[in-house]
Amino acid sequence: MKANCWMGRNTVEVREVPDPRILNPRDAIVRITSSAICGSDLHLYDGYIPTMKKGDILGHEFMGEVVEVGPRVTTLRVGDRVVVPFPIACGDCLACADGMYSVCENSNPNAGMAEKLMGHAPAGIFGYSHMLGGYPGGQAQYARVPFADFGPIKVEDDLPDEQVLFLSDIFPTGWMGAEMCDIKQGDVIAVWGAGPVGQFTVASAYLLGAERVICIDRFPYRLEIAARAGAETLNYEEVDVLDALRDMTAGRGPDACIDAVGMEAHYPVRAVQAYDRAKQATRMETGRPYALREAILACRNGGIVSVSGVYGGLVDKFPMGSFMNRSLTMKTGQCHVQRYLDPLLNRIREGAIDPSFVISHHLPLDEAPRGYEMFKNKENHCNKVLLRPWA
Amino acid sequence: MSEKNHRMPGRLATTLGWASLGMGVVQLAAPGAISRLSGIDDSPWADKAIRFVGVRELLHAAALLGTRRPAPMTWTRVAGDAMDLTMLGRAVANRDGDRRRRAAAATVAVAGIALADFYTAMRANRSKPGAGPEATTNLRAAVTVNRPRREAYEFWRTLENLPRFMIHLESVESIGGGYSHWQVRGPAHKVIEWDAEIIEDREDQLIAWRSIEGATVRNSGWVRFTDAPGGRGTEVRVRIDYEARAGRLGLAFARLLGEHPEQQVRDDLRRFKQVIETGEVTRSEGSPEGTRAQRQLFQRLAQPVR
Repeated sequence: MKANCWMGRNTVEVREVPDPRILNPRDAIVRITSSAICGSDLHLYDGYIPTMKKGDILGHEFMGEVVEVGPRVTTLRVGDRVVVPFPIACGDCLACADGMYSVCENSNPNAGMAEKLMGHAPAGIFGYSHMLGGYPGGQAQYARVPFADFGPIKVEDDLPDEQVLFLSDIFPTGWMGAEMCDIKQGDVIAVWGAGPVGQFTVASAYLLGAERVICIDRFPYRLEIAARAGAETLNYEEVDVLDALRDMTAGRGPDACIDAVGMEAHYPVRAVQAYDRAKQATRMETGRPYALREAILACRNGGIVSVSGVYGGLVDKFPMGSFMNRSLTMKTGQCHVQRYLDPLLNRIREGAIDPSFVISHHLPLDEAPRGYEMFKNKENHCNKVLLRPWA
Repeated sequence: MSEKNHRMPGRLATTLGWASLGMGVVQLAAPGAISRLSGIDDSPWADKAIRFVGVRELLHAAALLGTRRPAPMTWTRVAGDAMDLTMLGRAVANRDGDRRRRAAAATVAVAGIALADFYTAMRANRSKPGAGPEATTNLRAAVTVNRPRREAYEFWRTLENLPRFMIHLESVESIGGGYSHWQVRGPAHKVIEWDAEIIEDREDQLIAWRSIEGATVRNSGWVRFTDAPGGRGTEVRVRIDYEARAGRLGLAFARLLGEHPEQQVRDDLRRFKQVIETGEVTRSEGSPEGTRAQRQLFQRLAQPVR
């Protein structure tokens, strides 16, 4: 089959690889109909996530048709149309019993590797490094899905791929980012990052009852999409974000601040940007956490900082003094996607939201390398690339 | 966690680490003085070579002082000594007069240091688990499983289940009267086998065993089951003691358990958790055999297994 493989920094290649086969009784094989490139794939592309090997298949947002099931998969049948959540979860451990699927205790066979860096290991994730399991991803024609009797959600044929594909990651990720803010009546929410996750976060915050949502980025075309979802927007290359937020909230600061950017943030002050870039390039820190720093400083006293942007290791100059003295709370985590599949599919079915609004490009899988370049460099107003493995 | 007496070579190695740090700093700060002392100040490359050796010494220091078990790292110093002696040997051969005398004196000094390094490194080797005569190694590990205590106990008490998660076990067979026959496939497909007896069996709480008289590798251990607090399942604690007597089979047994035996016991428990909770050993294409310490060092590609 064809698959998009990580071949080192800034290089992906569509290669011919063996077809997947069932390794365990609870596996299923899915013929992939749609796959997407995620912002977090760019952290891999840029080489900031450790334990990648040249030839690893990328991709963790995919859906398709079940073509084979293991003997213990009773909930799925050949021919079922499924969306596959990006964190792999067994459904049987304590974490899964608590609904904390992205920290499933059984789905990462390389847990020992992750424990060295993180203390305890999170779940396995498709196409996202060996530390997170060493699973091939879904930017391919087929994928093996472990614990297939638990994770994937069946979807009827009436909804097109474009509307349900993002249940695999970015819609629930945006939703959970907003949900972690415990939104109450009158709350003002600020969202750093107007990429697809930020855009879903804006939409979700309104669905969860926010009074105002303010979105921060530097690309006008992305801010426009966030504005269409209802956000007031700030371009941090034009205004001082902390001043602007203080002004917009009459001095209080937003009730909750969401970092939907993660470890490769940009910053308008060149000296600060150069400092963190140099440290990151020499691997003295793995993340450039400007968005997080600013989110903490901006948040009102006693407010919540919610982090859905991805971090890989260590960050520097964390404003702990501001965080501690002002009674802030931080909530974070890779999205527990399985928790949100049913309720969010219902929202889509009811017409409360049509997730296809984020898509800017459809490409055949063969053109994945061009998709990565375009997405990374924000060329052609690139917002979200959908890949067609069989086109 | 293995308990061993590494103290003595450890202290020597730390001293050598500080010596490396001192030498490295001097060599980087005053390469001229060193090159005069060792009689090579006539060479156009002397300063560069000494600075290079200085950087190398700092690396030795980092290796020796930056670890909790410094003794094995002394081998890096032994390698460095071999390199220095080669360079000094050539310096002595190509020179005469006063410079030759100074180079020869430096060679003698380095040879002395090399002996100290070699001694420390050898001591470290000898104190490796399983290599000494009559060395007992104790391993402990624990895991919490989301299953009732009775189920965890019964799964373990059915000894035939053990090879499902203990990757090195070929088979375990109950032969009645509390006795069982164990088979392990060792390096080069050599089969090691022994009989064991259960010496204590408290239902839903504890199983203790030991190998019977005459086993190649004397071993014993217990597994204990307790309720995790607040309905969090069952805490499973394992202890294994084995006595790898001198001789090839004893050594093979120690190697079977790997260079990090405690890691392997932890991996066994991780697989136990996977099997009892999910019914299968978790496999990825990067780790197709499932959790295994060695495989974590040498991953397959995240591409389908052919």
